[in-house]
Amino acid sequence: MAKVLAHMRLTAGALALAFVVATALPVAAQQPSSVNPTAAAVKEQQLLQQLKVIQGRGSIPDVKSYVLEHPAGREWREYRTVTLKWIGGIAILGILALLTLYYLTHGSMRIKAGRSGRKILRFNVFERFVHWLTGVTFVILGLTGLNITFGRSLILPWMGASTFSEWTEWGKFAHNYISFAFTTGVVLMFLIWVARNIPTGADIEWFKSGGGMFGGEEPPAPKFNGGEKLIFWLAMLGGAAVAVTGYILLFPFYGTDISSMELAQVVHSTVALLYVAAMFVHIYMGTIGVEGAFEAMNDGTVDVNWAKERHALWYEEEMQPGAAQGQAMRPAE
Amino acid sequence: MARMKFLCDADRCIECNACVTACKNENEVPWGINRRRVVTLDDGKPGERSISMACMHCTDAPCAAVCPVNCFYTTADAVVLHSKDLCIGCGYCFYACPFGAPQYPKVTNFGSRGKMDKCTYCAGGPEADNTKEEYEKYGANRLAEGKLPLCAEMCSTKSLLAGDGDVIAQIYKARVAKRGYGSGAWGWQTAYRESIAT
Repeated sequence: MAKVLAHMRLTAGALALAFVVATALPVAAQQPSSVNPTAAAVKEQQLLQQLKVIQGRGSIPDVKSYVLEHPAGREWREYRTVTLKWIGGIAILGILALLTLYYLTHGSMRIKAGRSGRKILRFNVFERFVHWLTGVTFVILGLTGLNITFGRSLILPWMGASTFSEWTEWGKFAHNYISFAFTTGVVLMFLIWVARNIPTGADIEWFKSGGGMFGGEEPPAPKFNGGEKLIFWLAMLGGAAVAVTGYILLFPFYGTDISSMELAQVVHSTVALLYVAAMFVHIYMGTIGVEGAFEAMNDGTVDVNWAKERHALWYEEEMQPGAAQGQAMRPAE
Repeated sequence: MARMKFLCDADRCIECNACVTACKNENEVPWGINRRRVVTLDDGKPGERSISMACMHCTDAPCAAVCPVNCFYTTADAVVLHSKDLCIGCGYCFYACPFGAPQYPKVTNFGSRGKMDKCTYCAGGPEADNTKEEYEKYGANRLAEGKLPLCAEMCSTKSLLAGDGDVIAQIYKARVAKRGYGSGAWGWQTAYRESIAT
């Protein structure tokens, strides 16, 4: 009996061996004489040409680290260190040069009839609060933002590395947190003024005559003339663009990756610099550019003659019997 | 002076992650930060390759170019280092870096990232060599002791090479010539604007 079992075991073993050899032989026959294990290997140059990002798999929890290479950072660098500075420099210095040239050749827009001595309410206290909330925060955001773009070349050399670094860090936090007050201001401004800033045919007439800024008569304008409406919409659209892109940057990796944050930074800084340039025009018009204009945002009232000359349609509207502000007219102090 | 570089021979890397661990240990890298990592491409497919990647210490480094406070500097050995005293944690180097090297102790909102941390090529920071302050902020300064970065020094397959660029390029070329294949010096074209002709 034992002999039979041993024989069976031997037969089974031989069969198994024969099976293994038989199945392995075709595999061995397929092996080429020399092995090139990189034949199918991924090639860096090929990947870089095909993809913007080379990504793989890693074994540490930080999923972001599975990106091996992201050469697009080089393009963003070019934008930040060269392109943006040209855009900002040309826009801001260009606007300042044009304003200076205009002021030197045309001077302020005077109240032609002189001051009447009677004043009319143009902006109530809430409107002024919203304006200055937006304006003051805009200046802080603008200065701290310009510092991030131009500070290293313009301020760092004379401020010194550690002082500049400290001021820039404070500036960064100010920029991040004050943005909420600015955004609130933009939203409120939109709500209180959008109805009066819908473009109309009268605005086209206003622009055709250059708003009376280059001689000739200023066409009768409503509460906001064409130029003011333009500034309003620039402030609203610019404000929306910087707010959205800013908050994308403030909350990294919430649905964004490095590429989209780079894009957000490009939009944010380009719009912001053009925004600053546009606001120089607004600040000029609101201060030395137009006599009697600043008062509207200071104590809220303007001279009646100013109102007649600059915003004739609005003045007529205010003088209608029953107009809420018609009674607000009062002698100047 | 040498021009220090890293070179990862992807045909040798076995994805053991010892470089990652050694770096964390040698430099007491803060929790959540990995100055070096291993990325596997085409995982599980024929031709799969793993590459150990960290700061490549670029020629004309993008991080240094975009930094708003100019906190980066390049040493005589061409190692790109930065000052954590000057860093404001803005994240710009992180946008610019092609290799994802700069990291922050906190990935939180409102710009409160903390001071940037990245591979120092085991060369510390601006503080005096091998002082307590330097170690606490930047980790070891092996270069000042005449040693190379630990990740490369203890790589079990000698896949990761550190040292003078010309020397390690020569070693890599000799390897490729001998074995007959090589998938190239990963990251070199991006970091150094040159590749190794094999």
